[in-house]
Amino acid sequence: MLEIKCPYCGKRSQNEFSYGGDAAVKRPELGKEVSDKEWDNFVYLRKNPRGNHREFWHHVAGCRQWFKVLRDTSTHEIFKTARLDEEL
Amino acid sequence: MQKYSIFSLIKNAFSNHKNWEVAWKDPEPKKQYDVVIIGGGGHGLATAYYLAKEHKITNVAILEKGWIGGGNVGRNTTILRSNYMWDANGLFYEYGMKLWENLSQELNYNVMYSPRGIINLAHSDAQLNTYSRRGNSMRLNGIDAVMLGRDELKKMIPFADFSSSSRFPIFGGLMQPRGGTARHDAVAWGYARQADSLGVDIIQHCEVTGFEVQNGKLTGVQTSRGDIKTKKVGLCVAGSTSLLAEKLNMNLPIESHVLQACVSEPVKPFLDHVVTFGAGHFYCSQSDKGEMVMGGDLDGYNSYAQRGNLPTIQHVLSEGVAMFPNLSRLKMLRTWGGIMDMSMDGSPIIDKTHIEGVYLNCGWCYGGFKATPVSGWTFAHTIAQDRVHELNSKFRLNRFSTGHLIDEKGVGTKTWIG
Ligand SMILES: Cc1cc2nc3c(=O)[nH]c(=O)nc-3n(C[C@H](O)[C@H](O)[C@H](O)COP(=O)(O)OP(=O)(O)OC[C@H]3O[C@@H](n4cnc5c(N)ncnc54)[C@H](O)[C@@H]3O)c2cc1C
Ligand SMILES: [Zn+2]
Repeated sequence: MLEIKCPYCGKRSQNEFSYGGDAAVKRPELGKEVSDKEWDNFVYLRKNPRGNHREFWHHVAGCRQWFKVLRDTSTHEIFKTARLDEEL
Repeated sequence: MQKYSIFSLIKNAFSNHKNWEVAWKDPEPKKQYDVVIIGGGGHGLATAYYLAKEHKITNVAILEKGWIGGGNVGRNTTILRSNYMWDANGLFYEYGMKLWENLSQELNYNVMYSPRGIINLAHSDAQLNTYSRRGNSMRLNGIDAVMLGRDELKKMIPFADFSSSSRFPIFGGLMQPRGGTARHDAVAWGYARQADSLGVDIIQHCEVTGFEVQNGKLTGVQTSRGDIKTKKVGLCVAGSTSLLAEKLNMNLPIESHVLQACVSEPVKPFLDHVVTFGAGHFYCSQSDKGEMVMGGDLDGYNSYAQRGNLPTIQHVLSEGVAMFPNLSRLKMLRTWGGIMDMSMDGSPIIDKTHIEGVYLNCGWCYGGFKATPVSGWTFAHTIAQDRVHELNSKFRLNRFSTGHLIDEKGVGTKTWIG
């Protein structure tokens, strides 16, 4: 069982959260011409490291806020969580 | 190679089975190979076998960082089927079913292919409609499919919840009678033994750590047991694909996720088919030993851990109990996990890459075991002829940027659903 520290509510069980994937993904700027390559990167390409991973989680059965988590994908250890407007 | 038969069995009985030949050798890596296959799972072993058998390329090495069969091929729930709607999937997996039907003879190894039928349960009229659409598409592609009504199902799977208080009443189902199961280890060992006998070097405890590329062409691989020269390399490393691709500066539309499965204590035969729950993601069958073999959803976050967490098992088994209430009385024997190479549209990639001599076989998601023979067959063709075969011509790497997705279920890595 993962225990995840929501930056707003504190430590809660994994059951209350849902996963949002790679937190480094950025949507191409609005109103700008987007190449197929850029769009492909944004929609389909994700970081997939073994080790430290910055990722989004959603406290869906709690405060419903999105936030960032630094987690090791080979051990599942969680090092740090932060609000979206904070550095992780 | 010593052929397995009733006669060799009797003959070896006289020497107390002490004089059987080893099934495959343990060679030292050579300095150079025509083709190097990375990963001694089902797909790597099958690829090497078909390279030697169909394309007469025998100066081939399989490099496996652990031992052959220790990855997903030894961890899956062994369901075989070709019950797909899109042509790209249906025709590919159906070719695979034909290979399964003859595989024990072909490999002279009993892979225990058991065409016990796979049943997808439907729990609403709408779901039955989509199943008949899929069933019709299957039949147009020459794949066996039958619709089953509630009364037929009552006779076939009497222990399912047919009560009036059922939360997800069973309306009917779609069955592929030739679908079923096979013995996973035997598949790996059978391919290994034949590949070895055709001259392939199976090199275990040999991890590929890097690649030599010059002017856009592959020239060799670096391994934990020294450098090896080769002009062609095939990646068959399932959940580890992104890690090797990174060494080639490639970023792939793949995420690695852990999928768990579990088996119960053994009980007397009570389930003759493979059955999947239609109101969630749960599937089960009964092994020859009597255990209920069960699986369902991914844990749902990127992972290379080969083990998952209890909440997913609880979630999956609560679906199981909704389908077969008597499962709640069984004790669980074991749970385990494997690392899935989840592609972004849920379909595989078998293709060349922009680097000459580097070939990619990945994106198997939940369902790569059933593909083992046809994946090996088409990948061997792609490597030997340096072009895709018609059967894998839709499983291209560039389909994501060109928009030609094969979104059979529209799930992908499921990252964004929650
Ligand atoms: C719990 C579970 C249930 C499943 N159920 C089903 C099912 O019912 N039906 C179905 O069709 N599919 C199922 N699958 C999926 C199926 O098992 C996989 O898609 C398939 O086995 C993957 O191909 P493989 O056999 O070649 O992979 P693997 O057996 O994982 O082989 C890959 C090999 O590559 C090796 N490797 C990795 N990196 C390196 C390196 N750098 N150097 C050398 N070697 C390396 C690994 O050690 C491993 O042995 C399931 C999977 C799991 C985990
Ligand atoms: Zn919260």
